[in-house]
Amino acid sequence: MFSEMFRQKGFGISIGIFVILLFAPSFLSRFYIYFLAVIFVTALLAMSLNLCVGHGMLFQFHHGAFYGVGAYTAGLLLAKTAVPWWMAFMAGPLAAAFAGLLIGMFCIRLNRLYFGMLQISLGSLLWAIAFRWYSLTGGDDGIHGIPIPDFIASTTGSYYFVLIILAICLILLYLILKSPFGSTLQAIRDNPERCAAVGIHVRRHQLKAIVIATFFGGVAGVLFVVVEGSIFPDLLFWVLSLEVFIMCLLGGWFTFAGPILGAAIIVSLRIFVGSIHNIGPLENVGEYWTLILGIILILLIFFLPEGIMGYNYRKLFHSRSKYATESGTE
Amino acid sequence: MEGGQAATLAALSSALLVGLSRAMILFIVTSGLSFVLGVLRVPNVAHGSLYMIGAFVAYSICTFFGGGSIGFWLALIIAPLVVALVSLVAERSLFCHLYQREHLMLLLFTFALMLILGDLTKIVWGADYRSIMPPAVLQGSVSIFGSPFPKYNLFLLVIGPLVAIGLWLFSTKTKIGKIARAAAVDMEMVGAIGINVSWVFAFAFVLGCLLAGLGGALVAPTISVTIGMDHNIIIEAFLIVTIGGLGNMWGALVGSLIFGITQSFGVLLLPQFAIVFPYLAVVIVLTLKPTGMLKSVW
Repeated sequence: MFSEMFRQKGFGISIGIFVILLFAPSFLSRFYIYFLAVIFVTALLAMSLNLCVGHGMLFQFHHGAFYGVGAYTAGLLLAKTAVPWWMAFMAGPLAAAFAGLLIGMFCIRLNRLYFGMLQISLGSLLWAIAFRWYSLTGGDDGIHGIPIPDFIASTTGSYYFVLIILAICLILLYLILKSPFGSTLQAIRDNPERCAAVGIHVRRHQLKAIVIATFFGGVAGVLFVVVEGSIFPDLLFWVLSLEVFIMCLLGGWFTFAGPILGAAIIVSLRIFVGSIHNIGPLENVGEYWTLILGIILILLIFFLPEGIMGYNYRKLFHSRSKYATESGTE
Repeated sequence: MEGGQAATLAALSSALLVGLSRAMILFIVTSGLSFVLGVLRVPNVAHGSLYMIGAFVAYSICTFFGGGSIGFWLALIIAPLVVALVSLVAERSLFCHLYQREHLMLLLFTFALMLILGDLTKIVWGADYRSIMPPAVLQGSVSIFGSPFPKYNLFLLVIGPLVAIGLWLFSTKTKIGKIARAAAVDMEMVGAIGINVSWVFAFAFVLGCLLAGLGGALVAPTISVTIGMDHNIIIEAFLIVTIGGLGNMWGALVGSLIFGITQSFGVLLLPQFAIVFPYLAVVIVLTLKPTGMLKSVW
């Protein structure tokens, strides 16, 4: 399993990037270190979602809910109880996976768009609770200044922590995708009827994929708490979920590393365009970064529909097109 | 004892009426979304933004005419048309080139449109809270079972069924309505008998957006018009369409009623968590009937 990973073409590049990133704090300013950490967190979230979307063809429309559950669980345990930090960090992903299991059990019976809609509904329930339960979650203000353990409280400390966790999670995700389970999942994506016919329990496999994806979404949530030190209900709002979904499509949703690229692009856009103040006569350009994101999205749709890394997309899409038309008219 | 019962009855009937009038707004917006979903098979994420633009245009027209009654009635007519124009431009210039693409790309496009329209609205109208007054005829309230009920909400209760009947007549009695219904069932067949499919799509899209604009104009006197109202309505509209049955106009009506009434009774039961009740209703409906209450056109 590992040996196959070492032989992959992208493996050398990944190691190279990882080594560069390890030394990044020595030559980058604090702002850029923070910025990279935010990208890592978002990238992990997008990667976890892509397990469902790209590799499982499950329309996981409200992945942000699990990100929020992870962040809230860890954040609340750190801020309100005396639980040791490592237990709080473990509890986040586990709570997210549990929420994923519960919500997944409801949704999994439905197909495509209905699946996504029921998930948005259930996820919005979680959002409403976080938004309204002032005494526990701080309502729409959220909780700020969560006590983070000292060794990762500094910008550099949190950067290394996030980088290492991200690397571990990416390796795990890669191994999961290359395992028999991952292959089965992709087979189900390509032809669910045939998979069911050869005796694969389609729903159970998809549910497992959801639980795994939500677990990693929860990890991303915990990392968010480490980087930002705060939690707020927007983490569970559906706009964020859709944004993460877009990251997968943007980077190339049938590729392994595509979502990382998509996350990097969208986060960079938000932070860099958001920090521009004036361009010539135009004032407060930064406020309108979503406008620029929208225009870039439209350009991408027209000129680069396969996503940036989706070179193999067309091939895949054609092998899938028969299934797509069959189930599209259900 | 008597007094207590009367008070409960008053509270219940008032909650019911508030829920019904909210449901009418939701229905007008959702029927448009459902129409687009039925014909184009695309969940139009930008629908909420068009609703917001409708509300802002209504505000601008009302203030232009000095907040009087004429302004409001004009706004009710012009705002949907402005929204329809915006959607027509977006559809003919960009969206119509994408119909051959995969569906997620269309979804992505409408999301991009939502981002762009949201920010354009912010550029034009700013991020302040705005409000308009209903016309003099509809100001004040009437007493129903001893509790005051705003006249404007009664007006909504009249408008909602009118729109429903209008849509029903349009889709069953007019030729273009029949074509649109046929397109929802079998697009290829409609193309095969020589009808320009691209224009059917454009028409359906613009009509759907017009309804969003009408909903926005109607809701403007009841809430504060501001940036961000698009995010709230669109998610509710999607859920309503889903529980009603995708693309089914009557499903949109049923779904809106469920949503509006559970919300207003939720306020009565547990004010802090009132927002939870409609979502719970959606969960219950989809658990019992996974494809929605009524037959979907998909």
